[in-house]
Amino acid sequence: MAGRDFDAVIIGSGPGGSTAADILTAAGWSVVLFEKGRNHLIDAEDPSRLATDFSNDEIKFFARHFLGPDPLLEPRTFRVSEEDGDRTHTGEVNNVPSTVGGGGTHADGKVPRFRDDDFRVLSEWGPIEGAALADWPLTYDDLEPAYAEAERLVGVAGQAGANPFAAPRSGPYPMPPGAPMYGSLLTAAAAEQHGWHPYPAPTAVNSVPYDGRPACNNCGFCAFFGCPIHAKGDPVASLQRALLTGRAELRAETFVSRILVRNGRATGVEYIGADGATRTESAGHVILAAGGLETPRLLLLSGFDHPLIGRHVMFHFQSYVLGEMPMRIHGYKGRSVTHVHDDFIVPDADSRAAAREAGLPWFKGGMVEHACPAHPLVEAKFTPWGPAHKDAMRASQMREHLLGFCMQGEDLPQLANRVDLDPSVRDVRGFPAMRVTYRPHRHEQAASAYYGAKMEDCLRTAGAGWAFTYTSPSSIDPKPISRHVAGTTRMGPDPATSVCDAWGRVHTVPNVVVADSSLFPTGAGYGPTLTLVALAIRNMRALATERAG
Amino acid sequence: MPVYFSDRQFGVIEAVCARLIPTDQDPGATEAGVADYIDGLLGAFHFDPPRIWAGGAFSGRFGGSPGFATFHRLTPLDELAWRTRIEGSRGQPEREWNGPVVGWQERYSAGLEALGSDFADVGPEEQDRRLEANREFTAFVYDHACEGMYGAPEYGGNRDGVGWSYIGFPGDVQPRGYTDAEVSGP
Repeated sequence: MAGRDFDAVIIGSGPGGSTAADILTAAGWSVVLFEKGRNHLIDAEDPSRLATDFSNDEIKFFARHFLGPDPLLEPRTFRVSEEDGDRTHTGEVNNVPSTVGGGGTHADGKVPRFRDDDFRVLSEWGPIEGAALADWPLTYDDLEPAYAEAERLVGVAGQAGANPFAAPRSGPYPMPPGAPMYGSLLTAAAAEQHGWHPYPAPTAVNSVPYDGRPACNNCGFCAFFGCPIHAKGDPVASLQRALLTGRAELRAETFVSRILVRNGRATGVEYIGADGATRTESAGHVILAAGGLETPRLLLLSGFDHPLIGRHVMFHFQSYVLGEMPMRIHGYKGRSVTHVHDDFIVPDADSRAAAREAGLPWFKGGMVEHACPAHPLVEAKFTPWGPAHKDAMRASQMREHLLGFCMQGEDLPQLANRVDLDPSVRDVRGFPAMRVTYRPHRHEQAASAYYGAKMEDCLRTAGAGWAFTYTSPSSIDPKPISRHVAGTTRMGPDPATSVCDAWGRVHTVPNVVVADSSLFPTGAGYGPTLTLVALAIRNMRALATERAG
Repeated sequence: MPVYFSDRQFGVIEAVCARLIPTDQDPGATEAGVADYIDGLLGAFHFDPPRIWAGGAFSGRFGGSPGFATFHRLTPLDELAWRTRIEGSRGQPEREWNGPVVGWQERYSAGLEALGSDFADVGPEEQDRRLEANREFTAFVYDHACEGMYGAPEYGGNRDGVGWSYIGFPGDVQPRGYTDAEVSGP
């Protein structure tokens, strides 16, 4: 394939980049995907063959950075605010996988749609002091056809009609829900007693054979692990389709170091291959899908200077509410999370009163995952050493008895929360490391306190002897662990207040198109994956249509 | 036969691990070969491919073609990362893009020396006192000891799966997985 001209360079092979490749190659474009991580997903030469590298191996995935990035090779830095100085932490900061398949490889595949009013938080609920709220430049109705197509392309298992708070759907889910986990059934029953409305979690995991890949067999090594049998469609379905057209080329272990721009248009990219040599690749379009952290980093490394690049980074303020159950709940059997409820996203009279008490005009929580994944290595590392260790591991307070909720609290965009280039820490290639500056707004802290108490009560209803809440970020660890990164190249109609337009095109260089969650003006209380995929479908199809027309 | 530690050092690390995860009515670190795991980690590059990432997709313990035992080959960048992490930067400029790195081998050498070469010969109370007095090193070893007790046996520890069997954990269950009834039932 040497020497051919590509219609587009795609940077990143996660859900955004893979979707872009799928849509563009289907429209006849030739594309090259650059991925800085390794390829453990698919045979790039024979894409009908999927790799056999993922495994039920805690050492590989939890302790040894198999999905990347390696924090020694590619450190990131963190500080809560500028007042902390240059940084307070160096090393492992928010590691969404850096590998072919990107964030899709490690996720347990929860893929909810946003609700209609998530696209218009500012005009629906009003401003909040200190937050840079903005409406999206499109509506849920604009995106609904792409949501439906995303669910088909990736393969989503769910139950239409089960969630009373869901936005309207044009059709059913492609697959029915998979087997509910025992622990989830206990929390769902308790949630219903509290007047909430749990429903089967929409999941990008095959519940039946789909798209030539098998149904999930509930091995339990789901969240944070790659799938050994490729039952997770999120990373692989679109990428495989694109590669099978023969119009896509995948270059893994290849770091794009610069987007080349001349006279307001991108001409291509400069990249460093696996052999360490620097080369350029020309193309008519550059699709930037490196994720919420690396997309703005590359723009900054390339000399793009819009003041909002990297600003408004959002992660979700995660509230983990855990309780110890008297019975064994075997959280290591199943797909990590099988029920969710949306009730805390929709304010009611009580939550409005609580917000006013907290000095806020309103607050919103987020989707609550009914969760009980657990494995022995993680449990052991939380257990003390010595004679007590064996007793604790046999009793298995954590792996066998811990049940809980995780609320994906919507965190508000704030100007001071940003991604930028660290002034002195470098990656192994010599480029400035990425630095995160992040402090939660009291909006999400107030929502967490309010809903956390309710979730603790619910766990006690479910039979937990005790329950407690911890959050990320927290005063103990201010680095958010949520890998739902969004907002860093926000889209909007006005080039003064946004980096990209409503179609993902960078205002100042319109043939650079962002295709990941960096576009989100607000983060909603839902994981970003299905929405970023839907946006990529919509925006890439518009790109292909515009060029064809 | 240790691949990295001297016989004397291996005796000390074995005694340390025996205090961290003791033998009682069930096997502990000694029976599971936790010291072998740590020796195999510090000496990862004595193996070819290096003993960093076991292969996939299956171990063979629950069917399927056994792939765990064939470790992944490393790219030049990953070899650079893991040698630096394990061996330290040793003054080599290509390993010091953010300054010198103290390797795990050096941390273990210094830590074992601080615990005393007679560690295996003193009583358990004295052993615990020394472990508490070297808190940071003890925590560092404990992290690896957990991996050696409960990680896949292909990495050198959890011999014959004794770590998993005493806690009632089936291990890596692909490609069998669990049935719907096993997932949803009590």
